[in-house]
Amino acid sequence: MPEGIKDKVAIIGMGCTRFGELWNQSPEDLMIDAFKEAIEDAGIEKKDIQAAWQGGPEFTSVNIGDSALPLSQALKLPFIPVTKVENMCASGSEAIRGACYAIASGACDIAMALGIEKLKDTGYGGLPEFSHWAVIGTKHRIIAANQTAPGMYAMLATRYFNRYGIGPEEGKRMLATVSAKSHHNGALNPKAHLRREVTVEQIMNAPIVAWPLGLFDCCGVSDGAAAAILCRADMAKDFRPDPVYVKALQIAATSGEEEMFNDFDYTHVECTTRAGARAYEEAGIKNPRDEISMAEVHDCFSITEAVTMEDLQFSPRGKVKDDIMGGRFNLDGAQPIQPDGGLKCFGHPVGASGIRMVYEMYLQLQGRADKRQIKDPKYGLTHNLGGIPYRAIVSVIIVGL
Amino acid sequence: MAGITSYGAYIPLQRISRKTISAATGWSTSAASAPGEKAVANYDEDSLTMAVAAATDCLNGLERDKVDGIYLATTTPPYRERQNAGIIATALDLQPAIRTCDFSDSIKAGTGALLSACDAIEAGTGENIMVCASDCRPGKAGSFQEVMFGEGAAALMIGNKDVIADLKGSYSLSYDFMDQWRADGDKYNRIWEDRWIRDEAYTKFIPEAIAGLLKKYSLETKDFAKIIFPCVYLREHGAIAKRLQLEPEQVQQEILTTIGDTGTAHSLMMLVAALEEAKPGDRILVASYGNGSDAMFFEVTDKIKKIKGRRGIKKHLESRKELTSYERYSSFRDVIPLEMGFRGEVGPSMVSVMWRERKTILGLVGTKCKRCGTPQYPYQRVCVNPACGAIDEMEEYRFSDKKGRLFSYTSDSLAFSASPPEMYGIISFEEGGRFAFNLTDCDMESLSVDMPVEMSFRKKYADQVRGIHGYFWKAMPPRA
Repeated sequence: MPEGIKDKVAIIGMGCTRFGELWNQSPEDLMIDAFKEAIEDAGIEKKDIQAAWQGGPEFTSVNIGDSALPLSQALKLPFIPVTKVENMCASGSEAIRGACYAIASGACDIAMALGIEKLKDTGYGGLPEFSHWAVIGTKHRIIAANQTAPGMYAMLATRYFNRYGIGPEEGKRMLATVSAKSHHNGALNPKAHLRREVTVEQIMNAPIVAWPLGLFDCCGVSDGAAAAILCRADMAKDFRPDPVYVKALQIAATSGEEEMFNDFDYTHVECTTRAGARAYEEAGIKNPRDEISMAEVHDCFSITEAVTMEDLQFSPRGKVKDDIMGGRFNLDGAQPIQPDGGLKCFGHPVGASGIRMVYEMYLQLQGRADKRQIKDPKYGLTHNLGGIPYRAIVSVIIVGL
Repeated sequence: MAGITSYGAYIPLQRISRKTISAATGWSTSAASAPGEKAVANYDEDSLTMAVAAATDCLNGLERDKVDGIYLATTTPPYRERQNAGIIATALDLQPAIRTCDFSDSIKAGTGALLSACDAIEAGTGENIMVCASDCRPGKAGSFQEVMFGEGAAALMIGNKDVIADLKGSYSLSYDFMDQWRADGDKYNRIWEDRWIRDEAYTKFIPEAIAGLLKKYSLETKDFAKIIFPCVYLREHGAIAKRLQLEPEQVQQEILTTIGDTGTAHSLMMLVAALEEAKPGDRILVASYGNGSDAMFFEVTDKIKKIKGRRGIKKHLESRKELTSYERYSSFRDVIPLEMGFRGEVGPSMVSVMWRERKTILGLVGTKCKRCGTPQYPYQRVCVNPACGAIDEMEEYRFSDKKGRLFSYTSDSLAFSASPPEMYGIISFEEGGRFAFNLTDCDMESLSVDMPVEMSFRKKYADQVRGIHGYFWKAMPPRA
């Protein structure tokens, strides 16, 4: 194992817009709003930023434009290196990774990562059609099942229930409990897209999108932007007394074996398992269930959050139901998950989500999370899962004081 | 001597009662009083997909590399220019050194293709030519055709080794009789008065063709175990048999009340039904209909006993599901066009990709690692088995005829489907290999984890921007 980037890079400022169906805000508006909050939070000026990365997955090509030019032009960045990175739902985290590696290598001292998405200009309820050739390639578009994200994750639930002998009613209840918790947290968050508490019964009785996933098992589809200002760890306290340090940052992309080789069980996500294990090693974490104080994971669907708890070693394999039903992941539980409402309720502007997750961990670590504040957190983890369970790209970031 | 060496057929799963049609459109037509039900191609089926299904039935147990001809007979070819038989040959993963030809424009084209195949075998220019006849003719709402037309396909392998039914003779008639016609650009057939068609065509052409054949070979009707002829007017079918002085057991039963008038496939489907019951030594006479008639006679050999495992007409007829919604039925052939929404917008297709990947897309051909034996779809150059990883040690491997299990599945109301909800699942092939496919001819309630499935060639999308019918394979519960 290489020595990694633990404690080499710090976050000194962050910004995040309200997420939602922001019909009257342009992509430029959102980028500027997130940027403005971030530089003010860091106490720097635009000229201090030496490089920038924009996270935006394939959908931004349609609504915002390709390349980093939409970002550099909107913010009038002064001829610095700006790069757009695209890795599906991990794009925001990938932007942070670009900035971190640039700083850790000594290529620059202060860098920015910004994620943006404007899904509500595509005309679709749910994610835009992704059988489109631009998203999955010309050959795959023709041979892939005519699928959607809810359906591909629903199959994770079908197989999970089958493997662990969970009946349909029992399984629906487990998943509803995941979403009810996130709705509770989202209701406490003024920037969240969905701010209404819902009961387990309401969730279980909602219309089915893709069996067994119903409406409330699926996250919000939103517009929004989030930004982070990062710098060399040794200069962080020049900007603020409470910088947050990057402890680990790992990405894992599928090898294709989960999709095409018969061994894969389809009751977990291998990329999450691998990226999580590598991040723990980089951060020096031995027992994630006890040591990770809180996490924002990629709960695009309730079942995704459930299996992610096992993949990240927060719950033993096949046992997450006990932890969900026991309240372990509630805001007042032993290991709060999605304190800001998660993708479920904060919303999911795809390119922005990775940075939004770090934003919540950053606020929590600094004690600035208001009604959602978790007591004395030490390590916060963020997790993005791009693609579908067997054709995935996963990021895991661990931050701490 | 040339003859039939194998047979197969296909009837779509769904049947609609003519009462359902009459309840919807009977107020506008008297034709809706016809009895029985008819077979309905699913929204993702057409003449080509049904021909592939019948051909697959016919190929059961045969070596595909020995097929050197595909003749397709249909009046509803999906393409006016692009050879439809060539698509079938690719879908069946046949070798390219093969003669392919489309026979069209008359429902008599089924027997026309069959005669041509027999002639080619006799002439020694082919050894195993498969004739596929398939039709999927739409009828306008409230029309006679809507009530009578059914959908189905037949496939007959013609050769001169291991012949199960020798072709002993034929007699053809051609008349430019405009009972029904469909000019270029028309979607639906037009029809002249039914009494004229009944009295001047069916009642005259079929007896004339049969009489011509009998005279040519000095035979009598009593020399035949079965005499097959179609007649879209059910009562007249019996009247023609009576006029020919046939015993009831000599008359091959019409399929109008169970399947419908299947156009080019009609006589050949009745022939397959006769072959299913035939004994060595039986003589079978088949006369087709359409702008005249072709009459052919066959003599069944003892090799017929070796034909096994065919679904043919009998098993496909037994495997049925009633379609109770007229509105859903009429959306399948776009008789009532539905709003498809943004998710229904497909394309534009890349034709060069479709050509380069033709085996992957149309043939469902992947690879098998020569080092570790792992089948994998789509083709890989780098072995997907993490314990192997060999590079460029692959051989082609066809998945379309492999059995699979439904590893996981869902029913998706968000995904576009012309017949929602869209269903799909991950298919684990029993001999290895796994991929996600759409599911068809099933409903959510009938599905369970690990149930057996088989692959079926279907229409996957319609690219309206570039006018392309996108074909691929779906998984479905085995029909029988």
